[in-house]
Amino acid sequence: MEKKIFAHKDLLGIEGLSVADLELILDTAVSFKEISQRSIKKVPTLRGKTIINLFYEPSTRTRTSFEIAAKRLSADAINISAATSSVKKGETLADTVRNLQAMAPDIIVVRHACVGAPHLIASRIGARVVNAGDGANEHPSQCLLDLLTIREHKGRLADLRVAIIGDLAHSRVARSNMRAFAMLGIRTRVCAPPTMLPREMGVFPGVEVCRTPEEALREADVVMMLRIQLERQDDVLFPSLNEYARRYGLNRQRLALARDDAIVMHPGPMNRGVEITSEVADGSRSVIMDQVENGVAVRMAILYLLGGQAE
Amino acid sequence: MNRMLLKGGRVIDPLNSRDEVLDLLLADGKVAELGPALQLDPAAGRTIDVAGCWVTPGWIDMHTHLREPGQEYKETILSGAEAAAAGGFTGIACMANTKPVNDSAAVTGFIVEQASRAPVNVYPIGAVTVGLQGRRLAPMGEMAAAGAVAFSEDGRTVADTALYRRALEYAGSLDRIIICHCQDNYLFGQGVVHEGEIAAAFGFAGIPSLAEEVDIARCLLLAEYLELPVHIAHVSTRGAVALIAAARERGVRVSAEVTPHHLFLDHRAVVDLYYREDVEYARRSQLARFNTNSKMSPPLREPADVAALRAALAAGVIEVVASDHAPHEQTEKEVEYQYAPFGVIGLETTLPLMLRLVGEGLLTPAALVERMSVAPARLLSLRGKGSLAPGMDADLTVIDPEVDWVIEAAAFRSKSRNTPFDGWRVKGRTRLTIVGGRVVFAA
Repeated sequence: MEKKIFAHKDLLGIEGLSVADLELILDTAVSFKEISQRSIKKVPTLRGKTIINLFYEPSTRTRTSFEIAAKRLSADAINISAATSSVKKGETLADTVRNLQAMAPDIIVVRHACVGAPHLIASRIGARVVNAGDGANEHPSQCLLDLLTIREHKGRLADLRVAIIGDLAHSRVARSNMRAFAMLGIRTRVCAPPTMLPREMGVFPGVEVCRTPEEALREADVVMMLRIQLERQDDVLFPSLNEYARRYGLNRQRLALARDDAIVMHPGPMNRGVEITSEVADGSRSVIMDQVENGVAVRMAILYLLGGQAE
Repeated sequence: MNRMLLKGGRVIDPLNSRDEVLDLLLADGKVAELGPALQLDPAAGRTIDVAGCWVTPGWIDMHTHLREPGQEYKETILSGAEAAAAGGFTGIACMANTKPVNDSAAVTGFIVEQASRAPVNVYPIGAVTVGLQGRRLAPMGEMAAAGAVAFSEDGRTVADTALYRRALEYAGSLDRIIICHCQDNYLFGQGVVHEGEIAAAFGFAGIPSLAEEVDIARCLLLAEYLELPVHIAHVSTRGAVALIAAARERGVRVSAEVTPHHLFLDHRAVVDLYYREDVEYARRSQLARFNTNSKMSPPLREPADVAALRAALAAGVIEVVASDHAPHEQTEKEVEYQYAPFGVIGLETTLPLMLRLVGEGLLTPAALVERMSVAPARLLSLRGKGSLAPGMDADLTVIDPEVDWVIEAAAFRSKSRNTPFDGWRVKGRTRLTIVGGRVVFAA
């Protein structure tokens, strides 16, 4: 069988990838899922490789997922949590990168509050860079685990109807997903309070903006709820959590508008009772824990394709 | 007698409706005589052959940041003035946001004193309010007496409209204009790039056109009500152009400036600094995506905005091109896009870019000289500038319009390198910069 190659130095976003790239990562992830079900969950694929998780924003789920993925591939994973930005710390990002480069890592996984920070790092370092979330721009590994989860449950990606509801303006998950959905022929409907909608939604082809969550949910195969960032309350984007929950939250009644076999997704961490009720989050249609499980497999695939293929 | 003869140049002097090949004699720091076939005894002074060159009244950049006092690592009055001389400017006005702020006669006097050693004329612009804090009027009369040519809060607006009114009234009594940096602070918010397709696609906090236009509307209403002049700094949106044109139409005394970067780049530069297919890049040595040299305030806008700005410049609705030269040290710009300071430098790139506009047919050479010399001299009430009539100051910009060259930031006289134009192949360069009859730059 011809071995497919991931022909990119870095994974900075869904933008710039081809459908073949997406499929390669998803297919590779499927083959890695099995490892996580073994009693000894480890393969030697990335033995001797050094992976640095450089997190400028607090993150439990994504960081842990990348760390477990690295360890299951036998790489040495080091976590660096820079609670504050490089600027506030007094060291520039460029200097941090120079220091890391001197330690000769193979892969750097970056989470940063600023759009483009992983791109800046990637431009200055020989190591491969994985974007684990840059501001409101991209979160490609989350998108890929979402795609894997959808494909597992629906058996396909093309021609599905997806509803995305929540703070689209500030969501990197939504941006990566809207890019991927457009590439894959997924029909996307979105709904958000107008204050949480970018002014130029036309840049996302094939995305239909709905006035109400009901409209977005109708006939959906997949329902994707976005996290409300509680700190945004101060930005006057919505009057109160209570009102948000009433107008936009996913509850049993609203979910009934979607197809009977619709799945419910959330990138986490959830605000129960705000964007999603516990009943729905824990209900039979929820695949939220599958997303977490697939996160490890997708990240193993990403690390393998970037770091392990040459051998 | 200190004399100099410029032979065979094309003298472009729109104030005196002149555009012809003439010799020009300078004596004692003034324009002495224009005519065909003038002669100068070599013992009496130099004769310089400027055949093929344009001889224009000295260019004046009415919007620069020289960073001294306080941030001399970015630029000093001397390094900025040397950059200006190389860029063909014989005079530059410097904004008040130094450290300390130029909000007193003492700081104005310091700038004037430092500038006495500079190769070009340096015109201090005083702050409108103490410390640029927007609370109390700065002593504009004392600053004017010490040499301030105008007043501005550049970098921010005067949010308190009642205070703005008083400032305009007071400046009016001094025959000095106020240069308005128009930005509604609430709408601007934490914005990073223009609120448009690029911001939407890449998740940047947006700076809406509305932030600029709301504040321009306020300034125009103030000017109209008070029957006093206002000058709008760095106009960047088509809506702003429409507001200014309409106000001018009904007799409001408004003038406006535009920067070269807003005339040559739109917000696509944020994601690809080399997006322009009609520009020849000699090298692409800078980061193409998310390069912080595409970050300025006001931000690079949309193609339709650029088109409107160009049309307004051609029509004279916008009378002045000013560089908004804003030096920042390299390490300050080599940070996360969001954290990078706003601003780019322009003293050494404005002239070739403006010549490109002439090449594109947007401006006649005479209109170019209007925008670069005549209008700024008039707006800042600079006596003896902007004209080449006998008796005027011998401040001249001599341009070789044909020479091809490549903009090279590494070779700038400025202490800073933050330009989006590095590597552009351009045509037309400063041949001579003459200030007070003295050559301060020669290529």
